[in-house]
Amino acid sequence: MTAAPDHKPTFAALSLSERLDKALPVLLVPLLVVLGFLAIGTPSSWMTLTVSGLAMGMMIFIMASGLTLVFGLMDVINFGHGAFVSVGAFVGVSVLIALGDWTGTASLLLNMSAVFLAVVAAMMVTGIMGWGFERIIVKPVYGAHLKQILVTVGGLIVVEQLIHVVWGPDEIYITRPETLKGAITFAGAAMEKYRLLAVAIGLVLFIAMRMVLRRTKIGLIVRAGVENGPMVEALGYRLRMVFIGVFVAGSALAGLGGVMWGLYQEVITAGMGEKMMVLVFIVAIIGGLGSVEGAFIGALLVGLMQNYVAFLEPKLALVSNIALMTAILMWRPQGMLPVVKAK
Amino acid sequence: MSEPILTLNNLYTDIAQYHILQGVDLQVPRGQVTMLLGRNGVGKTTTLKTIMGQWTAKSGVILYNGQDMTQMPVSARARAGVGFVPEDMGIFRDLTVEENMILGCTSGPLDPKRKDWLLGAFPALGTFWHSEAGNLSGGQKQMLSIARAMAEERQLYLIDEPTKGLAPAIVSTMAQALRELKAQGASILLVEQNFSVAKALGDTAAVMDDGRVIWNGDMAELATNSDLQERLMGLSMEAH
Repeated sequence: MTAAPDHKPTFAALSLSERLDKALPVLLVPLLVVLGFLAIGTPSSWMTLTVSGLAMGMMIFIMASGLTLVFGLMDVINFGHGAFVSVGAFVGVSVLIALGDWTGTASLLLNMSAVFLAVVAAMMVTGIMGWGFERIIVKPVYGAHLKQILVTVGGLIVVEQLIHVVWGPDEIYITRPETLKGAITFAGAAMEKYRLLAVAIGLVLFIAMRMVLRRTKIGLIVRAGVENGPMVEALGYRLRMVFIGVFVAGSALAGLGGVMWGLYQEVITAGMGEKMMVLVFIVAIIGGLGSVEGAFIGALLVGLMQNYVAFLEPKLALVSNIALMTAILMWRPQGMLPVVKAK
Repeated sequence: MSEPILTLNNLYTDIAQYHILQGVDLQVPRGQVTMLLGRNGVGKTTTLKTIMGQWTAKSGVILYNGQDMTQMPVSARARAGVGFVPEDMGIFRDLTVEENMILGCTSGPLDPKRKDWLLGAFPALGTFWHSEAGNLSGGQKQMLSIARAMAEERQLYLIDEPTKGLAPAIVSTMAQALRELKAQGASILLVEQNFSVAKALGDTAAVMDDGRVIWNGDMAELATNSDLQERLMGLSMEAH
C-alpha cells in the first residue's frame, strides 16, 4: 500500500442560503422588533412593550431551558416541569413575606438581599424536589413517552395539591420590594424597573449557560449526549449521572423562573406553573427540542409577540403564540435550531 | 502465549425477536490484530456491540483481562480500557473536531504527545481542528472516529468496518495508523470487508456465519487458502 498523497482538503464553499440558514432564526428577533415598531407607530409605547416582551421572554426561557435539555438528553417529556415553577414561586414568596421588613424599606441592599435569599431558597427546594421527581417518577418510565406524559401529569397534580395543603387554597398576593417598584422613564417611554431586572438576569443566565455548554467538559458531554447518547456512554461517561444533574439544574431554574414570574404578576397560585407550561412547551418546540439557543430565541419571540399583539389587537393575543408556533413549524418542522439526532 | 485480552464463551444475543448471536466463542490474543470476517448479516456488528454492552447478552460470558464483564454498564467497560469505533462512526456533528477529541479522553485532558501523533497520522483532522465535525467528509469523519477512540490509551479497540466506502488513499492512511496502534501494544478486534486490508493487518482471523464463529486461525492461512475462503464465506475473497 502507498501513503496518502499530499493534498490540502477543503470544504465546498457554502452558498449564501446555506450560510443564512443558521442565522435566520437569530434575525427573527430584531425583525419582529422592527415590525412591532412599524405596527405600533409611537416610539414610547413600542419601547415599553419591547422591554416588557423581552422580560417575559427571558422568564419563559429560564423555565424552558431545563425542559428542552431534559428532553434532548434522555428523550424524556416532563409535563411535571410546571410543578417546579409553582413550588419555586411559593417558597420564594414565603421567604419574601417572612423578610417583610427587608422588602418594605427603600434600601436597595436589603431589597436585593431578600430577593437573593428567596431565589436561593426556591432553587434549593426545587432542585432537591427535581432529584426526587427524577428518581421516583421519571426513572421508571425511561423510553416510554405515553407513560411519561401520564405519570408526569400525575406528579404535577400531586404537587399542586400539596401546595394547597401547605399554603392553603387561596392565591397569595405579593408586592415587589420597594426599590423594584415603579418605572424608569427614558425618552418618554416608561419601563418598569422590575422588567429591566428580569431582562438582565435572563441575559446573564443565558450567557452563563452558553459558557458552560461550550467551554466546559461537562457542557461538551451534555451537548454530545443530546446528539448521540449511546456514543457518549461508549466513550466512558455515565450519561445517567449527567442527566440527573441536568434534571436537577433544570428544576432549580424552573424554581427561579417561578419566583421571577410571581414577582412579575404580583400574585401566585398553585396552578401558575401549569399555565406557564403552554408557553414553555411552545418555546421548546419552536426552538428545536434539545437546543438551549433555540429556546432562547423562541422565548424572546413569544414574549415580544404576546406583548405587541396584546397592545395592537387584544382579542388576538390569545392566538398569537399558537399562530407563531404554527408558522414556524410550517417553515421548519423540527424547530428553528433543530438538534440533529444520530439515530 | 499469554492469556487472551478478551474471551467470549458461548455468547447469545437477541435483538427484538431475532436470535442474532447463537453461541459465539472467540478469543482475542493480547497485542494482536484479530479480524472478524463473514458475510453481511451474520452477527459481526452485534458481536462488537455485545462486547461493548450496547446489546446485552442473553447468555454466555465475556471475559476481559480474565474478569467477567458480561453485566457491566457500557461506560464502565469503556473506562476499563475498551475503545469503540461503531459502524456509523458516532461522530458528534454539532461539536468541533477538537471537542470530539476532548470527549475521547475520559480521564483528563488530551495528552499533547498523543495529539501530535494522531494529527501526524491523520493530518486532515489538524486542518479542520476547529470546524464542526458535521462538515467533514465521510473519510474525515471515519478518521475522527478512530482518532477519538485512540485519544487516550486503551487496551482493546473494537473497530467496525473503518474502511467502508473510503478512497484507497484514505484506507492506507487508516491501515498505517492501526499498525502504529498495534506497535504500541494495543489489541484490536477489527470487522473488515476489505480483504487487502484484512490481509495486511490481521494476525489472526475469525470467520462468522449464522451467529457463530465457524473458523478461527491465522490470517495468513486464510489469506492463502482460497478453498478455505470458498468454504467459509461462499466466495473467494481475492475476487473482490
